Amino acid sequence: MPTFFERKQLVTPGDLIAEGDYIAGENAYSENNKIYASRIGIVDYENKRVNVVALRAFYIPKAGDVVIGTVIEVGFSGWTLDINAPYLALLRASDVLSRPFKPQKDELSQVLDMGDLIVAKIAAYDRTHDPQLTVAEPGLGKITRGQIVKITPTKVRRVIGRKGSMISIIKQETGCQIILGLNGVILVTGKNVEDEELAVMAIRKIEEESHTSGLTDRITQMLREGKTKRSEIKE
Amino acid sequence: MSQKLEKLIDKKGLRLDGRKPDELRSIKIEMGLSSNADGSAYIEQGKNKILAAVFGPRELHPKHLALQNRMVLKCRYHMAPFSVQERKSPAPSRREIELSKVIREALEPSIFLDYYPRTGIDIFVEVLQADGSTRCASIVAASLALADAGIPMRDLVVACSAGKVDDTIILDLMDVEDKLGTADVPVALMPNLNVITLLQMDGILTLEEFEKAVNLALEGCKKIYELQKDVLRDKYVSVKEEVEE
Repeated sequence: MPTFFERKQLVTPGDLIAEGDYIAGENAYSENNKIYASRIGIVDYENKRVNVVALRAFYIPKAGDVVIGTVIEVGFSGWTLDINAPYLALLRASDVLSRPFKPQKDELSQVLDMGDLIVAKIAAYDRTHDPQLTVAEPGLGKITRGQIVKITPTKVRRVIGRKGSMISIIKQETGCQIILGLNGVILVTGKNVEDEELAVMAIRKIEEESHTSGLTDRITQMLREGKTKRSEIKE
Repeated sequence: MSQKLEKLIDKKGLRLDGRKPDELRSIKIEMGLSSNADGSAYIEQGKNKILAAVFGPRELHPKHLALQNRMVLKCRYHMAPFSVQERKSPAPSRREIELSKVIREALEPSIFLDYYPRTGIDIFVEVLQADGSTRCASIVAASLALADAGIPMRDLVVACSAGKVDDTIILDLMDVEDKLGTADVPVALMPNLNVITLLQMDGILTLEEFEKAVNLALEGCKKIYELQKDVLRDKYVSVKEEVEE
């Protein structure tokens, strides 16, 4: 049962990763007992499972995920949102309004209008229907301030870091609040624009260098240098 | 045309641009040039200059085109008005419509179309400068653009042409060789799976010549494939080296 790539090696679509008694995991497929990569990414073995951590991918909705979406259509009984996925998501009016919804009385565009950004949770999704969103939980709803960063959805995990180490460093060093949409849209809200920009820069750096090691240290260093530079300019 | 006594292969056995019969033109590929598209690639093969961009998978418009059990692949091959010597009308010609179909069908087997039903992928191939074998170069670029967009694929698709001029079988035809030569055989291949996804022939060849041409084109494909993989990796390898030194 030979493997042709080591852990953490880079593969491109079609690369033969392993042969024999293996199971194709994420971003891999098997044909004639051979495991091939289906996306560009980094190889990872998990017992008999062969995974490829994708460097380029798009977001696929999953029930329970928190995402950030943009309203692109106001309908009669709800809104259509772009959640940066192959499918558009639906948000029902009765879910947003706490009182019973009357189509004759309520003007939906006064509640949420085109272009509004919303933090929402995916309530239900399967391959035959578009995803349903909900905002009926604390912390969800319309975004009123802050900055938005878009990254490749597969790299959100890297921004969180091991047990949240990376994200807590950024929060600590910049004092910003960060909401991670699993669809690759990230909301940064801080006390001032400079703090937000520093956090945005850090997130961008993580996206670009996600496949390298020792990233947490470099991010910490970058954030500290950024802060000292700013205080020097102010003086 | 054949009255024109232009020798396409000189006494030394070299072609008009100094290449040996089994030599490829120089190829330069760049990735991710278009930031508005989900994935993109740009290829220069000799004097060919082609940009490919991919959008999707995304909601399909008009909606009735969507299929319940698989993705829909749409492809548009287009030549810029300035891509050839005489101005080409920007309206899609019969030839462009056919090539769009040919490129789409060459790429279709490489994509897992059943993963994301009811969606569509758009491939745009824009020929900025044309000098023969543009369909092959387009397939190479489009396949890279698909990988850049993060679309799950069985394999990359490579393509290369072979043909016959002055009674010699040659690799990677350029425009003059295509127009004045006897035959042109474009081939597209998924190298790891060893599957041919495109095979056409324009002209006259004997069975032996045809076999020789196909084999030569397959050799060319494998050379381009190595290049394709290097380009795909390059971006990530260089970042890694830069920060980890």
